Amino acid sequence: MKFTEDHEWLSADGDIITVGITDHAATQLGDVVYVELPEVETQVSKGDDIVVIESVKAASDISAPLDGEIVEINDALADKPALVNEDAMGTAWFFKIKVENPNALDEFMSEDEYKDHVGE
Amino acid sequence: MAGDDLKTLVLADLHAELGGKFVPFAGYSMPVQYPRGVMGEHLWTRESAGLFDVSHMGQVMLPLAAVDALEALVPVDVRGLAEGRQRYGFFTNDSGGVLDDLMIAHVPDALFLVVNAACKDADITHMRAHIDGVQEITGRALLALQGPKAAEALAEVLPAAAAMRFMDSHRVKWNGVELWISRSGYTGEDGFEISVPDEIAETFARALLADERVEPIGLGARDSLRLEAGLPLYGQDMDTSISPVEAGQAWAIGKVRRLDGEREGGFPGADVILAQIANKPPRRRVGLLPEGRAPMRAGVEVFASADAATPIGTITSGGFGPTVGGPVALALIDAATPPDAALFGEVRGKRLPVTQTKLPFTPPATNADPDGENP
Repeated sequence: MKFTEDHEWLSADGDIITVGITDHAATQLGDVVYVELPEVETQVSKGDDIVVIESVKAASDISAPLDGEIVEINDALADKPALVNEDAMGTAWFFKIKVENPNALDEFMSEDEYKDHVGE
Repeated sequence: MAGDDLKTLVLADLHAELGGKFVPFAGYSMPVQYPRGVMGEHLWTRESAGLFDVSHMGQVMLPLAAVDALEALVPVDVRGLAEGRQRYGFFTNDSGGVLDDLMIAHVPDALFLVVNAACKDADITHMRAHIDGVQEITGRALLALQGPKAAEALAEVLPAAAAMRFMDSHRVKWNGVELWISRSGYTGEDGFEISVPDEIAETFARALLADERVEPIGLGARDSLRLEAGLPLYGQDMDTSISPVEAGQAWAIGKVRRLDGEREGGFPGADVILAQIANKPPRRRVGLLPEGRAPMRAGVEVFASADAATPIGTITSGGFGPTVGGPVALALIDAATPPDAALFGEVRGKRLPVTQTKLPFTPPATNADPDGENP
Protein backbone atom coordinates (compact mmCIF):
# COMPACT_ATOMS: atom_id res chain seq x y z
CA MET A 1 0.00 0.00 0.00
CA LYS A 2 1.22 3.49 -0.90
CA PHE A 3 0.25 6.89 0.50
CA THR A 4 -0.08 10.42 -0.91
CA GLU A 5 0.60 13.72 0.81
CA ASP A 6 -3.15 14.33 0.56
CA HIS A 7 -3.79 11.39 2.93
CA GLU A 8 -4.99 8.95 0.29
CA TRP A 9 -4.02 5.28 0.36
CA LEU A 10 -3.42 3.45 -2.91
CA SER A 11 -3.58 -0.31 -3.28
CA ALA A 12 -2.53 -1.83 -6.62
CA ASP A 13 -3.87 -4.96 -8.32
CA GLY A 14 -2.09 -4.96 -11.69
CA ASP A 15 -3.10 -1.74 -13.43
CA ILE A 16 -6.18 -1.22 -11.21
CA ILE A 17 -5.51 1.02 -8.20
CA THR A 18 -8.01 1.18 -5.32
CA VAL A 19 -8.05 4.58 -3.59
CA GLY A 20 -9.33 5.63 -0.18
CA ILE A 21 -8.38 7.99 2.63
CA THR A 22 -6.30 7.11 5.66
CA ASP A 23 -7.53 6.62 9.23
CA HIS A 24 -5.59 9.75 10.10
CA ALA A 25 -7.53 11.79 7.52
CA ALA A 26 -10.87 10.28 8.58
CA THR A 27 -10.17 11.23 12.20
CA GLN A 28 -9.24 14.76 11.18
CA LEU A 29 -12.43 15.14 9.12
CA GLY A 30 -14.70 13.99 11.91
CA ASP A 31 -18.13 12.48 11.25
CA VAL A 32 -18.53 12.04 7.47
CA VAL A 33 -22.11 12.72 6.35
CA TYR A 34 -21.85 12.72 2.54
CA VAL A 35 -19.47 11.46 -0.12
CA GLU A 36 -19.76 12.49 -3.77
CA LEU A 37 -17.93 10.12 -6.11
CA PRO A 38 -16.97 10.48 -9.79
CA GLU A 39 -18.87 8.59 -12.47
CA VAL A 40 -17.58 5.32 -13.77
CA GLU A 41 -15.74 5.58 -17.13
CA THR A 42 -14.64 9.16 -16.38
CA GLN A 43 -11.14 9.94 -17.63
CA VAL A 44 -9.28 11.83 -14.94
CA SER A 45 -5.95 13.61 -14.74
CA LYS A 46 -3.67 13.62 -11.75
CA GLY A 47 -4.65 16.49 -9.45
CA ASP A 48 -8.29 16.74 -10.60
CA ASP A 49 -10.67 17.08 -7.66
CA ILE A 50 -12.92 14.07 -8.16
CA VAL A 51 -14.35 13.26 -4.72
CA VAL A 52 -16.10 15.57 -2.26
CA ILE A 53 -16.25 14.48 1.36
CA GLU A 54 -18.58 16.41 3.64
CA SER A 55 -18.19 16.08 7.38
CA VAL A 56 -20.42 17.74 9.96
CA LYS A 57 -17.83 20.51 10.01
CA ALA A 58 -16.76 21.14 6.42
CA ALA A 59 -16.36 19.96 2.84
CA SER A 60 -13.04 18.58 1.54
CA ASP A 61 -11.89 17.56 -1.93
CA ILE A 62 -9.96 14.45 -2.84
CA SER A 63 -7.95 14.58 -6.04
CA ALA A 64 -7.03 11.90 -8.54
CA PRO A 65 -3.57 10.57 -7.56
CA LEU A 66 -2.74 9.51 -11.12
CA ASP A 67 -3.97 9.84 -14.70
CA GLY A 68 -6.43 7.13 -15.64
CA GLU A 69 -10.00 5.94 -16.01
CA ILE A 70 -12.45 5.42 -13.16
CA VAL A 71 -13.55 1.78 -13.49
CA GLU A 72 -15.53 1.29 -10.26
CA ILE A 73 -16.91 3.38 -7.40
CA ASN A 74 -17.97 2.33 -3.90
CA ASP A 75 -21.75 2.68 -3.97
CA ALA A 76 -21.97 1.65 -0.31
CA LEU A 77 -20.78 5.15 0.66
CA ALA A 78 -23.92 6.76 -0.80
CA ASP A 79 -26.12 5.07 1.80
CA LYS A 80 -23.59 4.89 4.58
CA PRO A 81 -21.04 7.72 4.47
CA ALA A 82 -20.16 6.99 8.13
CA LEU A 83 -18.35 3.91 6.82
CA VAL A 84 -15.43 6.29 6.19
CA ASN A 85 -15.09 6.82 9.96
CA GLU A 86 -15.55 3.13 10.74
CA ASP A 87 -13.29 1.50 8.18
CA ALA A 88 -11.38 4.10 6.16
CA MET A 89 -8.58 1.74 5.18
CA GLY A 90 -10.86 -1.12 4.15
CA THR A 91 -14.51 -1.26 3.10
CA ALA A 92 -14.73 2.56 2.77
CA TRP A 93 -12.58 2.71 -0.37
CA PHE A 94 -13.71 5.45 -2.78
CA PHE A 95 -12.93 4.41 -6.34
CA LYS A 96 -10.83 2.13 -8.52
CA ILE A 97 -8.79 3.74 -11.25
CA LYS A 98 -7.17 1.99 -14.22
CA VAL A 99 -3.78 3.53 -14.87
CA GLU A 100 -1.51 3.23 -17.88
CA ASN A 101 1.65 3.01 -15.88
CA PRO A 102 1.39 1.11 -12.56
CA ASN A 103 5.07 1.93 -11.92
CA ALA A 104 3.93 5.49 -11.30
CA LEU A 105 2.97 4.27 -7.83
CA ASP A 106 6.64 4.16 -6.88
CA GLU A 107 6.71 7.92 -6.41
CA PHE A 108 4.35 7.75 -3.42
CA MET A 109 5.18 7.24 0.24
CA SER A 110 5.51 3.93 2.02
CA GLU A 111 3.53 3.38 5.21
CA ASP A 112 6.53 4.34 7.36
CA GLU A 113 7.15 7.47 5.31
CA TYR A 114 3.49 8.41 5.62
CA LYS A 115 3.55 7.93 9.38
CA ASP A 116 6.55 10.27 9.54
CA HIS A 117 4.66 12.70 7.30
CA VAL A 118 1.70 12.96 9.69
CA GLY A 119 3.91 12.82 12.77
CA GLU A 120 2.59 9.54 14.17
CA MET B 1 -3.19 25.17 20.21
CA ALA B 2 -3.34 28.87 20.89
CA GLY B 3 -1.24 31.14 18.70
CA ASP B 4 0.51 34.12 20.25
CA ASP B 5 -2.26 36.51 19.34
CA LEU B 6 -5.12 34.31 20.54
CA LYS B 7 -6.72 34.77 23.93
CA THR B 8 -6.89 31.71 26.14
CA LEU B 9 -9.92 30.59 28.13
CA VAL B 10 -9.49 30.37 31.88
CA LEU B 11 -10.60 26.72 31.57
CA ALA B 12 -8.17 25.92 28.71
CA ASP B 13 -6.28 23.32 30.78
CA LEU B 14 -9.51 21.57 31.71
CA HIS B 15 -10.60 21.45 28.06
CA ALA B 16 -7.21 20.01 27.07
CA GLU B 17 -7.47 17.40 29.85
CA LEU B 18 -10.92 16.45 28.51
CA GLY B 19 -9.41 15.89 25.05
CA GLY B 20 -10.68 19.12 23.50
CA LYS B 21 -9.41 20.03 20.03
CA PHE B 22 -8.77 23.77 19.81
CA VAL B 23 -9.45 26.16 16.93
CA PRO B 24 -9.18 29.94 16.68
CA PHE B 25 -12.60 31.59 16.93
CA ALA B 26 -13.35 35.31 17.41
CA GLY B 27 -9.82 35.91 18.72
CA TYR B 28 -9.92 33.02 21.21
CA SER B 29 -8.50 29.54 21.21
CA MET B 30 -11.72 27.56 21.66
CA PRO B 31 -12.50 23.84 22.00
CA VAL B 32 -14.34 22.86 18.80
CA GLN B 33 -14.90 19.24 19.81
CA TYR B 34 -13.96 16.55 22.30
CA PRO B 35 -13.26 12.85 21.62
CA ARG B 36 -17.00 12.09 21.33
CA GLY B 37 -17.05 14.18 18.12
CA VAL B 38 -19.47 16.81 16.83
CA MET B 39 -22.22 14.33 15.95
CA GLY B 40 -22.05 12.50 19.28
CA GLU B 41 -21.86 15.74 21.27
CA HIS B 42 -24.87 17.14 19.45
CA LEU B 43 -26.98 14.04 20.12
CA TRP B 44 -25.81 13.91 23.75
CA THR B 45 -27.00 17.49 24.30
CA ARG B 46 -30.41 16.69 22.79
CA GLU B 47 -30.79 13.63 25.02
CA SER B 48 -29.01 14.53 28.24
CA ALA B 49 -26.98 17.64 29.15
CA GLY B 50 -23.99 19.36 27.54
CA LEU B 51 -21.56 21.78 29.17
CA PHE B 52 -20.34 24.55 26.86
CA ASP B 53 -17.63 27.10 27.65
CA VAL B 54 -18.85 30.38 26.16
CA SER B 55 -16.47 32.61 28.13
CA HIS B 56 -15.41 34.28 24.88
CA MET B 57 -18.74 36.12 24.86
CA GLY B 58 -18.85 39.63 26.28
CA GLN B 59 -20.40 40.30 29.69
CA VAL B 60 -21.35 43.91 30.31
CA MET B 61 -23.01 45.68 33.23
CA LEU B 62 -24.98 48.93 32.88
CA PRO B 63 -26.45 51.01 35.70
CA LEU B 64 -30.23 50.76 36.00
CA ALA B 65 -30.37 54.47 35.14
CA ALA B 66 -29.28 53.48 31.61
CA VAL B 67 -32.64 51.86 30.75
CA ASP B 68 -33.76 54.68 28.46
CA ALA B 69 -30.31 55.15 26.94
CA LEU B 70 -30.21 51.43 26.12
CA GLU B 71 -33.72 51.61 24.65
CA ALA B 72 -32.32 54.22 22.26
CA LEU B 73 -30.00 51.53 20.84
CA VAL B 74 -32.26 48.44 20.82
CA PRO B 75 -35.91 47.93 19.77
CA VAL B 76 -36.58 46.00 22.97
CA ASP B 77 -38.99 46.87 25.79
CA VAL B 78 -36.21 47.29 28.37
CA ARG B 79 -38.28 49.51 30.66
CA GLY B 80 -40.89 46.77 30.97
CA LEU B 81 -38.33 44.15 31.93
CA ALA B 82 -39.03 43.08 35.52
CA GLU B 83 -36.19 42.44 37.94
CA GLY B 84 -35.01 38.86 37.63
CA ARG B 85 -36.06 38.61 33.97
CA GLN B 86 -34.13 38.56 30.70
CA ARG B 87 -34.96 39.42 27.09
CA TYR B 88 -33.34 38.77 23.73
CA GLY B 89 -32.64 41.75 21.49
CA PHE B 90 -30.26 43.41 19.05
CA PHE B 91 -28.38 46.64 18.46
CA THR B 92 -29.69 48.08 15.20
CA ASN B 93 -28.07 50.52 12.76
CA ASP B 94 -29.57 53.48 10.89
CA SER B 95 -30.38 51.40 7.81
CA GLY B 96 -32.32 48.84 9.86
CA GLY B 97 -29.55 46.26 9.92
CA VAL B 98 -28.17 44.55 13.01
CA LEU B 99 -24.86 45.40 14.72
CA ASP B 100 -25.08 42.46 17.13
CA ASP B 101 -27.65 40.41 18.98
CA LEU B 102 -27.61 40.15 22.75
CA MET B 103 -29.32 39.14 25.97
CA ILE B 104 -30.48 41.86 28.38
CA ALA B 105 -31.20 40.92 32.00
CA HIS B 106 -32.62 43.12 34.73
CA VAL B 107 -30.59 42.15 37.79
CA PRO B 108 -30.62 43.95 41.18
CA ASP B 109 -29.69 47.61 40.53
CA ALA B 110 -28.26 46.91 37.09
CA LEU B 111 -28.72 45.64 33.56
CA PHE B 112 -26.56 42.66 32.66
CA LEU B 113 -25.84 42.09 28.97
CA VAL B 114 -24.27 39.18 27.14
CA VAL B 115 -23.00 40.00 23.64
CA ASN B 116 -21.20 38.07 20.89
CA ALA B 117 -17.45 37.58 21.18
CA ALA B 118 -16.63 38.90 17.71
CA CYS B 119 -18.66 42.08 18.32
CA LYS B 120 -17.96 42.81 21.97
CA ASP B 121 -15.32 45.53 21.52
CA ALA B 122 -17.46 47.34 18.94
CA ASP B 123 -20.58 46.92 21.09
CA ILE B 124 -18.84 48.45 24.11
CA THR B 125 -17.52 51.38 22.06
CA HIS B 126 -21.03 51.86 20.63
CA MET B 127 -22.64 51.79 24.08
CA ARG B 128 -20.03 54.09 25.64
CA ALA B 129 -20.82 56.69 22.98
CA HIS B 130 -24.44 56.76 24.18
CA ILE B 131 -24.57 55.38 27.72
CA ASP B 132 -22.82 56.44 30.95
CA GLY B 133 -21.38 53.79 33.24
CA VAL B 134 -20.78 50.95 30.76
CA GLN B 135 -18.69 48.37 32.59
CA GLU B 136 -17.12 45.42 30.81
CA ILE B 137 -17.08 42.46 33.17
CA THR B 138 -13.76 40.64 33.17
CA GLY B 139 -12.58 37.86 35.43
CA ARG B 140 -15.73 35.79 35.03
CA ALA B 141 -16.15 32.69 32.89
CA LEU B 142 -19.48 31.97 31.17
CA LEU B 143 -20.69 28.38 31.03
CA ALA B 144 -23.83 27.03 29.39
CA LEU B 145 -25.48 23.82 30.54
CA GLN B 146 -27.98 22.72 27.91
CA GLY B 147 -30.27 19.77 27.36
CA PRO B 148 -33.36 18.04 28.74
CA LYS B 149 -31.41 16.87 31.81
CA ALA B 150 -29.68 20.23 32.42
CA ALA B 151 -32.14 21.29 35.14
CA GLU B 152 -31.87 18.08 37.16
CA ALA B 153 -28.08 18.01 36.80
CA LEU B 154 -27.69 21.66 37.84
CA ALA B 155 -30.10 21.16 40.76
CA GLU B 156 -27.65 18.62 42.25
CA VAL B 157 -25.07 21.40 42.52
CA LEU B 158 -27.41 24.39 42.90
CA PRO B 159 -30.84 23.39 44.22
CA ALA B 160 -32.18 26.94 43.71
CA ALA B 161 -31.79 26.62 39.94
CA ALA B 162 -34.66 24.14 39.61
CA ALA B 163 -37.27 26.78 40.47
CA MET B 164 -36.08 29.21 37.77
CA ARG B 165 -38.41 29.78 34.83
CA PHE B 166 -37.34 30.19 31.22
CA MET B 167 -35.64 33.62 30.83
CA ASP B 168 -35.32 34.16 34.58
CA SER B 169 -31.99 35.72 35.55
CA HIS B 170 -30.97 35.20 39.17
CA ARG B 171 -27.98 35.60 41.44
CA VAL B 172 -27.34 32.47 43.44
CA LYS B 173 -24.62 31.77 46.02
CA TRP B 174 -22.52 28.65 45.57
CA ASN B 175 -19.97 27.94 48.32
CA GLY B 176 -20.21 31.59 49.29
CA VAL B 177 -19.53 32.87 45.77
CA GLU B 178 -22.15 34.66 43.69
CA LEU B 179 -23.08 33.03 40.39
CA TRP B 180 -25.19 34.88 37.81
CA ILE B 181 -27.58 32.39 36.27
CA SER B 182 -30.15 32.70 33.54
CA ARG B 183 -32.44 29.94 32.35
CA SER B 184 -31.72 30.30 28.66
CA GLY B 185 -29.34 29.23 25.97
CA TYR B 186 -28.90 28.90 22.24
CA THR B 187 -29.41 25.24 21.45
CA GLY B 188 -33.20 24.94 21.35
CA GLU B 189 -33.05 22.92 24.57
CA ASP B 190 -33.89 23.82 28.13
CA GLY B 191 -30.80 25.04 29.91
CA PHE B 192 -28.85 27.65 31.81
CA GLU B 193 -26.09 30.16 31.24
CA ILE B 194 -23.94 30.68 34.31
CA SER B 195 -21.44 33.49 34.89
CA VAL B 196 -18.79 32.24 37.32
CA PRO B 197 -15.81 34.09 38.83
CA ASP B 198 -12.55 32.83 37.25
CA GLU B 199 -11.20 31.67 40.63
CA ILE B 200 -13.89 29.01 41.03
CA ALA B 201 -14.70 28.34 37.36
CA GLU B 202 -12.75 25.09 37.25
CA THR B 203 -14.16 23.77 40.55
CA PHE B 204 -17.67 24.61 39.41
CA ALA B 205 -17.20 23.08 35.94
CA ARG B 206 -15.76 19.91 37.48
CA ALA B 207 -18.72 19.70 39.86
CA LEU B 208 -21.07 19.74 36.85
CA LEU B 209 -18.94 17.31 34.82
CA ALA B 210 -18.86 14.86 37.75
CA ASP B 211 -22.54 14.19 36.99
CA GLU B 212 -22.78 11.31 34.52
CA ARG B 213 -25.56 13.15 32.68
CA VAL B 214 -23.14 15.98 31.76
CA GLU B 215 -20.53 15.87 28.99
CA PRO B 216 -18.34 18.69 27.61
CA ILE B 217 -19.51 20.00 24.23
CA GLY B 218 -17.50 22.04 21.72
CA LEU B 219 -18.24 24.87 19.32
CA GLY B 220 -18.92 22.45 16.46
CA ALA B 221 -22.01 20.97 18.10
CA ARG B 222 -23.02 24.38 19.43
CA ASP B 223 -23.36 25.48 15.79
CA SER B 224 -25.31 22.42 14.61
CA LEU B 225 -27.62 22.61 17.65
CA ARG B 226 -28.50 26.26 17.11
CA LEU B 227 -28.93 25.67 13.37
CA GLU B 228 -31.45 22.85 13.92
CA ALA B 229 -33.21 25.06 16.46
CA GLY B 230 -33.55 27.73 13.74
CA LEU B 231 -31.62 30.27 15.84
CA PRO B 232 -29.79 32.89 13.78
CA LEU B 233 -26.02 33.24 14.10
CA TYR B 234 -24.85 36.84 14.04
CA GLY B 235 -22.51 37.45 11.12
CA GLN B 236 -24.25 34.82 8.97
CA ASP B 237 -28.03 34.89 9.34
CA MET B 238 -28.15 38.45 10.61
CA ASP B 239 -25.72 41.28 9.99
CA THR B 240 -25.50 44.99 9.23
CA SER B 241 -27.26 44.42 5.89
CA ILE B 242 -29.98 42.04 7.14
CA SER B 243 -32.81 43.48 9.21
CA PRO B 244 -34.18 41.64 12.24
CA VAL B 245 -37.54 41.42 10.46
CA GLU B 246 -35.94 39.71 7.45
CA ALA B 247 -34.05 37.43 9.83
CA GLY B 248 -37.33 36.30 11.40
CA GLN B 249 -36.63 38.01 14.73
CA ALA B 250 -39.44 40.62 14.74
CA TRP B 251 -40.96 38.75 17.74
CA ALA B 252 -38.22 40.28 19.91
CA ILE B 253 -39.30 43.84 19.05
CA GLY B 254 -41.44 44.94 21.97
CA LYS B 255 -45.05 45.98 21.36
CA VAL B 256 -44.39 49.35 23.04
CA ARG B 257 -41.60 50.03 20.51
CA ARG B 258 -43.79 49.28 17.47
CA LEU B 259 -46.12 51.57 15.49
CA ASP B 260 -48.73 53.10 17.83
CA GLY B 261 -46.86 51.71 20.85
CA GLU B 262 -46.31 53.87 23.96
CA ARG B 263 -42.64 54.38 23.07
CA GLU B 264 -42.90 53.86 19.31
CA GLY B 265 -39.57 53.78 17.50
CA GLY B 266 -36.72 55.71 19.05
CA PHE B 267 -34.02 53.21 18.02
CA PRO B 268 -31.63 53.31 15.04
CA GLY B 269 -33.31 52.29 11.78
CA ALA B 270 -36.79 52.40 13.37
CA ASP B 271 -38.36 53.83 10.20
CA VAL B 272 -37.09 50.93 8.08
CA ILE B 273 -37.78 48.21 10.64
CA LEU B 274 -41.27 49.37 11.64
CA ALA B 275 -42.25 49.77 7.97
CA GLN B 276 -41.05 46.21 7.33
CA ILE B 277 -43.23 44.91 10.17
CA ALA B 278 -46.24 46.88 8.88
CA ASN B 279 -45.81 45.89 5.27
CA LYS B 280 -43.43 43.17 4.27
CA PRO B 281 -39.65 43.00 4.25
CA PRO B 282 -38.04 42.53 0.82
CA ARG B 283 -36.56 39.22 1.91
CA ARG B 284 -37.65 36.57 4.35
CA ARG B 285 -35.83 33.88 6.27
CA VAL B 286 -36.81 30.33 5.50
CA GLY B 287 -35.80 26.86 6.62
CA LEU B 288 -34.71 24.57 3.80
CA LEU B 289 -34.48 20.79 3.71
CA PRO B 290 -32.20 19.75 0.85
CA GLU B 291 -33.27 16.45 -0.72
CA GLY B 292 -30.63 13.76 -0.62
CA ARG B 293 -27.61 13.86 1.61
CA ALA B 294 -25.40 16.66 0.25
CA PRO B 295 -25.17 19.47 2.82
CA MET B 296 -25.73 23.00 1.52
CA ARG B 297 -23.59 25.47 3.40
CA ALA B 298 -23.54 29.25 3.79
CA GLY B 299 -23.13 31.01 0.45
CA VAL B 300 -25.04 28.45 -1.65
CA GLU B 301 -27.36 30.31 -4.03
CA VAL B 302 -31.07 29.46 -4.10
CA PHE B 303 -33.05 29.38 -7.36
CA ALA B 304 -36.77 29.16 -8.15
CA SER B 305 -36.21 26.57 -10.87
CA ALA B 306 -33.59 24.23 -12.27
CA ASP B 307 -32.76 26.66 -15.08
CA ALA B 308 -33.54 30.16 -13.73
CA ALA B 309 -30.74 32.59 -14.53
CA THR B 310 -30.91 34.68 -11.36
CA PRO B 311 -30.96 33.43 -7.79
CA ILE B 312 -33.84 34.39 -5.47
CA GLY B 313 -31.69 34.15 -2.38
CA THR B 314 -28.76 32.66 -0.55
CA ILE B 315 -28.22 30.11 2.19
CA THR B 316 -26.90 31.94 5.26
CA SER B 317 -26.22 28.87 7.46
CA GLY B 318 -26.30 25.25 6.50
CA GLY B 319 -24.91 21.86 7.27
CA PHE B 320 -25.82 18.43 8.53
CA GLY B 321 -28.42 18.23 11.28
CA PRO B 322 -27.56 15.21 13.44
CA THR B 323 -31.01 15.07 15.08
CA VAL B 324 -32.82 15.61 11.77
CA GLY B 325 -30.53 13.00 10.22
CA GLY B 326 -29.94 14.99 7.07
CA PRO B 327 -28.91 18.36 5.71
CA VAL B 328 -30.65 21.53 6.94
CA ALA B 329 -30.19 25.17 5.98
CA LEU B 330 -31.37 28.68 6.75
CA ALA B 331 -31.76 30.96 3.74
CA LEU B 332 -32.71 34.52 3.04
CA ILE B 333 -34.96 34.59 -0.03
CA ASP B 334 -37.10 37.03 -1.99
CA ALA B 335 -40.24 37.58 0.13
CA ALA B 336 -42.44 37.20 -2.96
CA THR B 337 -41.53 33.50 -3.20
CA PRO B 338 -44.62 31.36 -2.44
CA PRO B 339 -44.10 29.43 0.83
CA ASP B 340 -44.87 26.10 -0.85
CA ALA B 341 -42.68 26.65 -3.92
CA ALA B 342 -40.12 23.94 -4.61
CA LEU B 343 -36.66 25.54 -4.80
CA PHE B 344 -33.15 24.58 -5.83
CA GLY B 345 -29.76 25.08 -4.26
CA GLU B 346 -26.71 25.16 -6.49
CA VAL B 347 -23.89 23.01 -5.15
CA ARG B 348 -20.72 22.58 -7.19
CA GLY B 349 -22.55 23.68 -10.34
CA LYS B 350 -25.52 21.32 -9.85
CA ARG B 351 -29.04 22.48 -9.01
CA LEU B 352 -30.38 20.21 -6.27
CA PRO B 353 -33.99 20.34 -5.05
CA VAL B 354 -34.78 21.79 -1.63
CA THR B 355 -38.07 22.01 0.28
CA GLN B 356 -39.12 25.01 2.33
CA THR B 357 -40.05 24.06 5.85
CA LYS B 358 -41.23 25.60 9.11
CA LEU B 359 -38.64 26.42 11.75
CA PRO B 360 -37.30 25.06 14.01
CA PHE B 361 -36.16 21.86 12.31
CA THR B 362 -36.29 20.01 15.63
CA PRO B 363 -39.10 20.37 18.22
CA PRO B 364 -38.28 23.07 20.75
CA ALA B 365 -37.99 22.40 24.47
CA THR B 366 -41.34 22.48 26.22
CA ASN B 367 -40.55 25.18 28.80
CA ALA B 368 -42.42 28.19 27.53
CA ASP B 369 -41.52 31.76 28.40
CA PRO B 370 -43.93 32.81 31.18
CA ASP B 371 -44.01 36.27 29.59
CA GLY B 372 -45.08 34.63 26.34
CA GLU B 373 -42.57 36.65 24.35
CA ASN B 374 -40.17 34.07 23.01
CA PRO B 375 -41.29 31.81 20.18
